[in-house]
Amino acid sequence: MIAALAAESLRGLRANRLRTALTMLGIIIGVAAVIVMLAVGQGAQSMVSSAIASMGSNLLVILSGASTSGGTRMGFGTIPTLTGADAEAIGELPSVAAAAPTVIEAAQMVSGPNNWSASVTGTTPEFLTIRAWQLAEGVPFTEVDVRSASRVALLGLTAATNLFGPASPVGKTIRIKNVPFTVIGLLAPKGQSLDGRDQDDTAVIPLTTAQRKLFGNRFPGTVRFIIAQAKSEDAMVRAEREINELLRQRHRIREGQEDDFTVRNLTALAETAAASTRIMSIMLGSIASVSLLVGGIGIMNIMLVSVTERTREIGIRVAVGARRRDILWQFLLEALFISLAGSLIGVGLGIGVTHALAAALGMPTVITPWSIGLSFAVAAAVGIFFGFYPARKAADLNPIEALRYQ
Amino acid sequence: MDDLIRLVGVTKAYPVGDAPPVPVLHGVDLRIAAGDFVAIMGASGSGKSTLMNILGCLDTPSSGDYVLEGRNIAELDVDELAAVRLRLLGFVFQSFNLLPRIDVLDNVALPLLYAGVPRRERHRRAEQLLGRVGLQGYGARRPNQLSGGQQQRVAIARALINQPRLLLADEPTGNLDSETSVDVMRLFGTLNTEDGITLIIVTHEADIAAYARRRIRFRDGRIVEDTATEPLA
Ligand SMILES: Nc1ncnc2c1ncn2[C@@H]1O[C@H](COP(=O)(O)OP(=O)(O)OP(=O)(O)O)[C@@H](O)[C@H]1O
Ligand SMILES: [Mg+2]
Repeated sequence: MIAALAAESLRGLRANRLRTALTMLGIIIGVAAVIVMLAVGQGAQSMVSSAIASMGSNLLVILSGASTSGGTRMGFGTIPTLTGADAEAIGELPSVAAAAPTVIEAAQMVSGPNNWSASVTGTTPEFLTIRAWQLAEGVPFTEVDVRSASRVALLGLTAATNLFGPASPVGKTIRIKNVPFTVIGLLAPKGQSLDGRDQDDTAVIPLTTAQRKLFGNRFPGTVRFIIAQAKSEDAMVRAEREINELLRQRHRIREGQEDDFTVRNLTALAETAAASTRIMSIMLGSIASVSLLVGGIGIMNIMLVSVTERTREIGIRVAVGARRRDILWQFLLEALFISLAGSLIGVGLGIGVTHALAAALGMPTVITPWSIGLSFAVAAAVGIFFGFYPARKAADLNPIEALRYQ
Repeated sequence: MDDLIRLVGVTKAYPVGDAPPVPVLHGVDLRIAAGDFVAIMGASGSGKSTLMNILGCLDTPSSGDYVLEGRNIAELDVDELAAVRLRLLGFVFQSFNLLPRIDVLDNVALPLLYAGVPRRERHRRAEQLLGRVGLQGYGARRPNQLSGGQQQRVAIARALINQPRLLLADEPTGNLDSETSVDVMRLFGTLNTEDGITLIIVTHEADIAAYARRRIRFRDGRIVEDTATEPLA
């Protein structure tokens, strides 16, 4: 019976192709918009969350220089006030698991005919532990390498590929600022950081080597920043306080005097970033849902017109023995077909547009099965919801009045 | 013989704007036996179509009882009324009332859709009935591609497809020339005598009424004359 009524509905839709197509267009656009917006939102979210995951957990960063100095805002780290000894002392604090002093500068690297400019990080072995950075190949440098300022380097994947192509860089020699280094390890890829930098476009070398052999010596023994890891998430606040107290004491800062360093909770910053992309993605989704809703109202509009226009047809059907539910189903199925066909096409269009966006603008996008399922379900619900009122109106028509309708 | 139809004091009044309802039928009492062939005559506006709509379960009386096959129609809900129209009644409208957007075959088969008959069987029976009303081979046409008389016969075929016990026809020859009218009335004659279908037709023409066995004259919503006659062959 339902199958026969479905056939009647399809016949009704076919009899008025243009109108059917236009009604469907509302749903098509709505569903496509939802798919695209969700894909963009999801893409941003997954980019942020993988950046956060690549950062390491429970991170604090201690920057040289105060956030304000004598009323004038200074760039962080412009005056290096931190030292390797500060880092060692921080590493010994009860709430801190490890700390690594770090200098970073861009430098030219050369291997044979290839040359490549990337950031060079000088640090201690703890750095890799704190950042949870694995080696894909080779071995990390050690305390001994730091003490003896040996010329060894760990290469990130991007830098390695640009210097050596697909071949393994381990055991090869590169020149950084004309100083020869032996590559002893290849770092596992980490992808983009929160601020969009390629974290694999780097070389990591011992701190002392960087300080003494690469980056001049304007402020001997100092570092731009120290990165530290708290023992646990709960220890973050305590670690921050301990570091503050320790550094004020070590730097002999008197009561009332301003800090010459700044401690930042990277994990909290990352969470803020994650929360704001989540909000952005919800907003994108909501905006798109509105167009789906408008599509639904379009269905109701057209169905109401259609019911009025077909009043006589309905009267005839009822007069020959159609029950209320037969009429109800016929019109409800028409609305449902429109919204289901519309959402099928919309899903296709949405996937197409998403791929086009990703290809043309390089936007990170993620299409998940649930976003397709969701927009499909919402479209079907919209069809039923907005189709029900016109269908009921049709089913409630009095046959005599309907037959008299001109 | 058993009464197929019994009307007791049936009235119908239509509301017109804010004014009190205008009475159209004033207490109609009527019994019609199964197998009868009744012609209803009367001036325009006398309430014939109103009565037919009530008999056809398309409308309900304002007061009084309508008992069809022993069941009081006033006690049925809309879906039960629909079931009565589907199983028991065939209705031929004065203005045909065919669906313009579907072909003739589907128009004839329409009631069977609501009876839950499979498509193939629907079409087989519709084809058969088209043959019976002399429209073999017209199934694929749209109603508006047929003449008035042909459309009338399509409407009759549709009214017959669910094998009704009672066929109601409101001015079935109103739009037809005299020759086609004779064809239609002959068809009604055989439906009555050979298929045993009870027939009630409304007509303005005495020579059409002559095909019936019983003639009822209507004036201002009342029966003023009721005579048995020898039907024309
Ligand atoms: N829906 C309605 N609302 C108001 N008045 C109505 C309605 N239907 C019929 N009437 C009135 O009821 C009266 C009877 O109408 P009806 O259609 O039964 O007449 P009839 O005998 O069939 O006439 P005709 O021979 O012209 O078809 C008329 O005066 C008409 O105006
Ligand atoms: Mg009439």
